[in-house]
Amino acid sequence: MSLIDNLARLEATAGGRARPRATVRHRHLSERPLVFVPLVTAGEAGAPLGALIGTERTSPRLLTVPQPRDRDLRFAFLSRLAEILLPYVESYEGDVEAAERTEADAETGKRVKVEVELCADAPQLIVPSRAGVEFVRLLGRSMRFRRTAEQDPDAPYPAPPRVPLLGRWLTHFGERSRVPGSALLLAMTDLLSRHWATGQSSLEEQHLGALLAWIEAPEGTSGAEAALRAELARGADGQLLCPPAGPATDPAFDNQLLAPAIERYDRARTALAAASDGVEADGLLAALAAAERDIDALVESRTRPTWDAVWRGLDALCTLPEAPHAVDRWRGDRWSFTGHRDRVAAGEPPQPRVDDAVTAANKLGTREREQARLDAQEALDDPLVMAGRRLAGEAFAGVVTDVVMAYSEGRSPRPRPLVTVRTGDRPHLDAGVKVYRSLEGKPQAAQFVAYDADADADSDDVGGGGRLVVLRVLDKMGRGKEAEPGSVPEVGDRLCWTLFEHEQRGGPRLPEPEDTPWTHGGPPEGAGPLGERSDAVTSEDIL
Amino acid sequence: MPKAALAESLGSPSGFGQSQFAFMRGHAFEARVKSDGGTELLRLTHACLGGGPEPEPGTARVPDLTAAGPEGRAGRTALALREATAAGAWTLLDHPMLALDVAGTPAFLEPDAVVVAPDGTWTVVEIKSFPMIDGAADAAKVGAAARQAAVYVLALERVAAQVAAQDSGHVSEQGASQAGEGAGLVPEVRQRALLVCPKDFSNLPAASPVDIRKQLAVTRRQLSRLTRVEDIAATLPPGTTFDVNRPAAELAAAVDAVPATYAPECLAACELAFHCRDRARAAGELTSLGRSLRADLGTLTTVEEALAAARGAAGDPDDPAVVALRWAGALRAEALGESWGGSASETSSDGVAATATVAGGVRCP
Repeated sequence: MSLIDNLARLEATAGGRARPRATVRHRHLSERPLVFVPLVTAGEAGAPLGALIGTERTSPRLLTVPQPRDRDLRFAFLSRLAEILLPYVESYEGDVEAAERTEADAETGKRVKVEVELCADAPQLIVPSRAGVEFVRLLGRSMRFRRTAEQDPDAPYPAPPRVPLLGRWLTHFGERSRVPGSALLLAMTDLLSRHWATGQSSLEEQHLGALLAWIEAPEGTSGAEAALRAELARGADGQLLCPPAGPATDPAFDNQLLAPAIERYDRARTALAAASDGVEADGLLAALAAAERDIDALVESRTRPTWDAVWRGLDALCTLPEAPHAVDRWRGDRWSFTGHRDRVAAGEPPQPRVDDAVTAANKLGTREREQARLDAQEALDDPLVMAGRRLAGEAFAGVVTDVVMAYSEGRSPRPRPLVTVRTGDRPHLDAGVKVYRSLEGKPQAAQFVAYDADADADSDDVGGGGRLVVLRVLDKMGRGKEAEPGSVPEVGDRLCWTLFEHEQRGGPRLPEPEDTPWTHGGPPEGAGPLGERSDAVTSEDIL
Repeated sequence: MPKAALAESLGSPSGFGQSQFAFMRGHAFEARVKSDGGTELLRLTHACLGGGPEPEPGTARVPDLTAAGPEGRAGRTALALREATAAGAWTLLDHPMLALDVAGTPAFLEPDAVVVAPDGTWTVVEIKSFPMIDGAADAAKVGAAARQAAVYVLALERVAAQVAAQDSGHVSEQGASQAGEGAGLVPEVRQRALLVCPKDFSNLPAASPVDIRKQLAVTRRQLSRLTRVEDIAATLPPGTTFDVNRPAAELAAAVDAVPATYAPECLAACELAFHCRDRARAAGELTSLGRSLRADLGTLTTVEEALAAARGAAGDPDDPAVVALRWAGALRAEALGESWGGSASETSSDGVAATATVAGGVRCP
């Protein structure tokens, strides 16, 4: 959090309403996102209790597990989840466009362009909070090593057919969400707190209801009070008026409402199993169905408010225009989606439990590069983010006061104009530092030459004239002896120069996994034909 | 002091509570780990930390620790620890009771288990119900468990010192003929606790040693720095009571008489956090927005002060925090196209409009 964001927090605290942290929307939002509001059973590792899921705001699908400890019921839940999620994912697989990718040629080792498919759009999963993202990962991990009866007829407790595939997709979504700026799987609280500052600490902003209360507060009302209500207010029955966004439930709900309902369900089931004749069984079946409906109603009552909140969050985000570079980053998500689609189609095994050294290093490298790219692109897209960089001395804005044509020395002189910029900012400039500006979307580089001595007299006074920075423009002026028109700044232009690069270079190439050096554990040991082993299961396993 | 009841009476009840599902699951798992005379638990301890020959199933000593009252149980625990160390056999102490001096008052602690190995080392065992998936568990939860274990180790070290003192006294009475290397030696309390969690998605136990040296050092330092309870009590007006049956206003005055520094981290740890947060917010304390924000602003401590300083209405213009804040305010207002109270610089008043051009319409899902 930079000082500018802290100031926004202070303003929000004083005003009682959220304040903008961005002037544009820095994440791409799909036109048809899949919203997923899961609930989990307390104390169990990733044992789902239920979920609301769907792409239609008015008609979510409700899935519940009436007895979360029952393996069959849980598989039924996961199976239904797969029936909703996989067709959604697969609906994006068919629509492709041609694209090029550079690959190392298998024989010569040279880098050549290869024509490949790129999916025209990609699925987007939205969960209420960061804990939801973790839950998606956990669900993926719990499912992807399962064996279906078809894969392994001897497997104890075989999983329903599509469940392992669902696990692989959820793992992919979860893994992708760790890449900065990616948008395949998003948490609503992260999205909202990226774009608005509230008068709460970042810890409290994990509460979707409270966060939204700050943002939605109409003029003249106090978002702080609304947030407090969302966070703490309980009804006469002792239940929170705004249930937590999950996946964890409120203990009071578990103890007072859910536990008795599950107990009723268990009793009805035991009674049904003990039924002696058909007529009696019919009656007991009705009782069981009623108990199941009760649990459905309970789960819906806790997830529906969160479901609505997620959509209201999307409304709020849509009031901001999409940042130009968000589309670029979405293209990266489309590549990621296409890549995993191809891996699944090629019959590759599920993602391993632990990455090998090369894959892990690649992933880390990608995340670092994407973080730098995200930082640069957000600043270029959004003057408010750029203001933060200017405050930190990593960029400066100003008016061009003088342009002197100069040329490089050598046999064929090239234009190297000297540009003087008057700025009130305090960039960290040393002799020879390179700075960049955006010229028709491409970065133009210049080199810092000196501060103009004339301005030194009043340079201490930030509010006055500021200081004069002399820069030598280095590139993007065409091939000729004279600079191309429009490529050199003119007197009176307002420009913003950054000390950071606009485009990130990739790091050095890493060896193939088979060539992992011994310092990093050597080549990974070959996994079996089916990939890694399934998790050990015992008759009393929880999941 | 029942802080939860106190918070309730103050009108800001804590959000803490445990779901009975989590409670049942935790108990079932702990019972499973300790079942069969602790065979599985001792096997895991040996596998992770060594400590002597491999324990034979069914031979472990599990002393009875029941006694009247916490003091009685603590005494019984100390005795059992001493016997176990002398016996040189695998011993499992199920829910022992330990006493630790916190700010001048004894606090009684009940670890899940303490294992005494044949080589005489004592190990704190923490049994948790969060899963260890592919050998890794949630970092925040492991950290909390490590801090908890560190407190137990501190309490155990005290018991170890007592046992050693008693032993040496015992030996000197006998004429010091047996004053060999074992007698009077302080038993070693391992600085690595054993964390036992469910493995992956099963309820099979998996264990991992957790190095708690850092947590130990931190806890030791914090305990030594705590203001003694008597000293705090001495500063309170006479007749102050935290009786939860008193009216809320009176209680609030009593609670406010004790100084407290609220930070958002309190929300996860203290029953009174909501009460303190209300106070901090009402007073406009910057810390209620986060410690790092407060740290950035130097001598400014309230929201009002900070905003006034940012607008140029107050604050020392030589204070670097005030200068930075003013500059931040001007830049922010410029980017948002708003007017700012302070004297924004002429050059940057309409700034980099070039970068603000925004393309693309709004697409709503």
